[in-house]
Amino acid sequence: MKLLNISLLILFVLIASSCNNPKDSKKEIKIGSKKFTESVIIGEIVSQLAESSGADVKYRKELGGTRVLWNALLNGDIDIYPEYTGTITQEIFSSKEINNQRELKEELLEYRIGISQPLGFNNTYALGMKRDNADKLGIKTISQLREHPELKFGFSSEFVNRGDGWPSLKGAYRLPQKNVQGLDHDLAYRGLESGHIDMIDLYSTDAEIPYYDLKILEDDLKHFEDYYAVLLYRKDLENKNPKALKTILKLEQNISEQKMVQMNASVKIDGISEKTVASNYLKETHRVNTTPVHESFLSRLYHNTLQHLFLVVISLSAAIIVSIPLGIFAYQNQKVGHLVLGVVGIIQTLPSLVLLVFMIPFFGIGTVPAIVALFLYSLLPIVRNTYSGLKDIPRDIRESGEALGLTPFAQFRLIEIPLASRSILSGIKTSAVINVGTATLGALIGAGGYGQPILSGIRLDNMALILEGAIPAAVLALLIQGLFDLSERVIVPKGLRLEEGKH
Amino acid sequence: MINLLNISKDYGENHAVKSIDLTIETAKTTVLIGPSGCGKSTILRIIIGLITPERGEVHIEGDTLTSDNLILLRRKMGYVIQEGGLFPNLTAQGNVSLMASYLDWDKKRIQKRIDELCDLTKFPKDALTRYPIQISGGQRQRLSLMRALMLDPDMLLLDEPLGALDPLIRSELQNDLKEIFSSLCKTVVMVTHDIGEAAFFGDKIVLIKEGSIIQEGKIYDLAKKPADPFVTTFINAQRTHLESVGDI
Ligand SMILES: Nc1ncnc2c1ncn2[C@@H]1O[C@H](COP(=O)(O)OP(=O)(O)O)[C@@H](O)[C@H]1O
Ligand SMILES: [Mg+2]
Repeated sequence: MKLLNISLLILFVLIASSCNNPKDSKKEIKIGSKKFTESVIIGEIVSQLAESSGADVKYRKELGGTRVLWNALLNGDIDIYPEYTGTITQEIFSSKEINNQRELKEELLEYRIGISQPLGFNNTYALGMKRDNADKLGIKTISQLREHPELKFGFSSEFVNRGDGWPSLKGAYRLPQKNVQGLDHDLAYRGLESGHIDMIDLYSTDAEIPYYDLKILEDDLKHFEDYYAVLLYRKDLENKNPKALKTILKLEQNISEQKMVQMNASVKIDGISEKTVASNYLKETHRVNTTPVHESFLSRLYHNTLQHLFLVVISLSAAIIVSIPLGIFAYQNQKVGHLVLGVVGIIQTLPSLVLLVFMIPFFGIGTVPAIVALFLYSLLPIVRNTYSGLKDIPRDIRESGEALGLTPFAQFRLIEIPLASRSILSGIKTSAVINVGTATLGALIGAGGYGQPILSGIRLDNMALILEGAIPAAVLALLIQGLFDLSERVIVPKGLRLEEGKH
Repeated sequence: MINLLNISKDYGENHAVKSIDLTIETAKTTVLIGPSGCGKSTILRIIIGLITPERGEVHIEGDTLTSDNLILLRRKMGYVIQEGGLFPNLTAQGNVSLMASYLDWDKKRIQKRIDELCDLTKFPKDALTRYPIQISGGQRQRLSLMRALMLDPDMLLLDEPLGALDPLIRSELQNDLKEIFSSLCKTVVMVTHDIGEAAFFGDKIVLIKEGSIIQEGKIYDLAKKPADPFVTTFINAQRTHLESVGDI
């Protein structure tokens, strides 16, 4: 008997340890990227390179912003991701004084984070004009604009207002132009085409540069902050998977501005997938042959549906299990109950994105924080409806049950819960519908689901991709609503569903 | 027999019931009457333990009502209120049989009892499958009475059971109720604000004003030997309504 116990224990430990440490977890490398195309492409290149070195690659693309990625890197949810030097100094270490590359490297080391050499391109603010126009006027640098006060500028409103944008640029270069208007980026390009505008602001690796045949003026006074692309990686990668890291770092000083612009344009304007663009780059520049696997529409839909359902079902079930007792508790202890309702209510007022990002320090990125956030978000409708469903039972009816001589528990089970059931169910329905919608934001912290194609679609301005996420999400919400309407027939007592006068 | 000893109930500054002593005799009908807000319902709710008085004791058949014996004593009392207080989630049958099912009576016994009660209260058997919302006001009160009588309690407490009915149905039910009371020989406490109804049902009438008993006795005693000018005022207030119209 004892032997059996021991062997069972050993078996259990074996299973548990094999779950925690998949066989070649040592060789696994987790790569992240931001939710704009350039970052997704670099992430893809890094992934394919790492794969070519024999590593097991997990690529989480389109994560929602610098903070999300930085925190994910710190707690090991990802091992490496592309970043920009200016973003590190301006956003990640905004409160610190960092003057040069060496200081930056040392500061990062404090966090056990390594930084690669620049990859070769600088994606910073720039001024651009039509090439023929610039050649005709002989303008190559920003300083030369001083000699052409008649030029008309059309800048994005962000650039017009930012401290490091037009106001300081004008001061630094002593630019004389008066004709400056703030307008939408798309309109600016159109104005450029039609000749109403001579000059716009852009990023130095924008995909539109070759498309509109623009010339980028040299920032000869070095006014704009450098945004050199680099890779940030966990220092432990050097021991864990030196081969993959070494292979990846081949990218250092190897992607020129021109090359990056061209790759961005291939994806954004020609509609070629990031995978193919990355693979082509590796073939041409590094003679590395990769065979990117493209997922079919149906297989994508299937995966997204599974991920989305997983998020919704787990978080909603947990919310139901917790909220109904919480609502009952609030009803039975009115004073503490108000506190409970207040706290749950406050959670609901947080924007869902904020709630998601709050989870990262505690749960990292991926499915777990998304489920926790969705769980918290689903509490209020159920707690509140359970509470009010019980509270709204008329005193007459409540007392009739009491006067019959039912025990308090029997009153609760036979009368109060059935009477509150409709309200509780509609609370669950509200939560479910909110949950399905909010879960699309989970993609921002790497939880996948229908949010993934939506994110890509927004990024690439591709309506078909957006709909690939939005339509199934809407259908799922409708299905869930229908399911609850059906279950109402089973759960809510018939007497409560009748209308007066209809027999 | 029900005894109220020195019962008081306050709602904050509002003294709803003030040191009341009252004896309710077995197998008789006692009617509590008085103006709206005088404390009639409060007294009834104290007897069945829905509210606990600040001071005083309730004795039911010699037992002092406490939180320990409350549930058992309630099963010896039937309680009927103005709008019936029926459970909207249950059918007529479900409402009547709820307690019996809860106490694990077998199906046959329940059905037999419900048949008896339908006959007694003249509740149509084919309406048993309907929900409270699907039957008329008069039928709801009959149903509520059936529910109260299901366990064959010794005592019946009725709080304006006919108050929400229109006059024709009301008088029909008055007659039926009176018949039921006299055939069953139960101890009945009934609340009304209608002096005619009190006279019709009451073996004893208890007139209450602002939480105190002004007078108790037969209608004859109240009319001929008023203990307080209020008694006459109260009786006349309802009588003069009809008389002031003159010859109809
Ligand atoms: N739950 C309550 N809270 C506060 N005051 C109450 C409550 N129930 C009854 N009262 C007050 O107690 C007094 C007696 O009420 P009640 O017994 O219902 O009068 P009635 O004789 O009309 O049945 C009234 O003044 C009423 O306003
Ligand atoms: Mg009353």
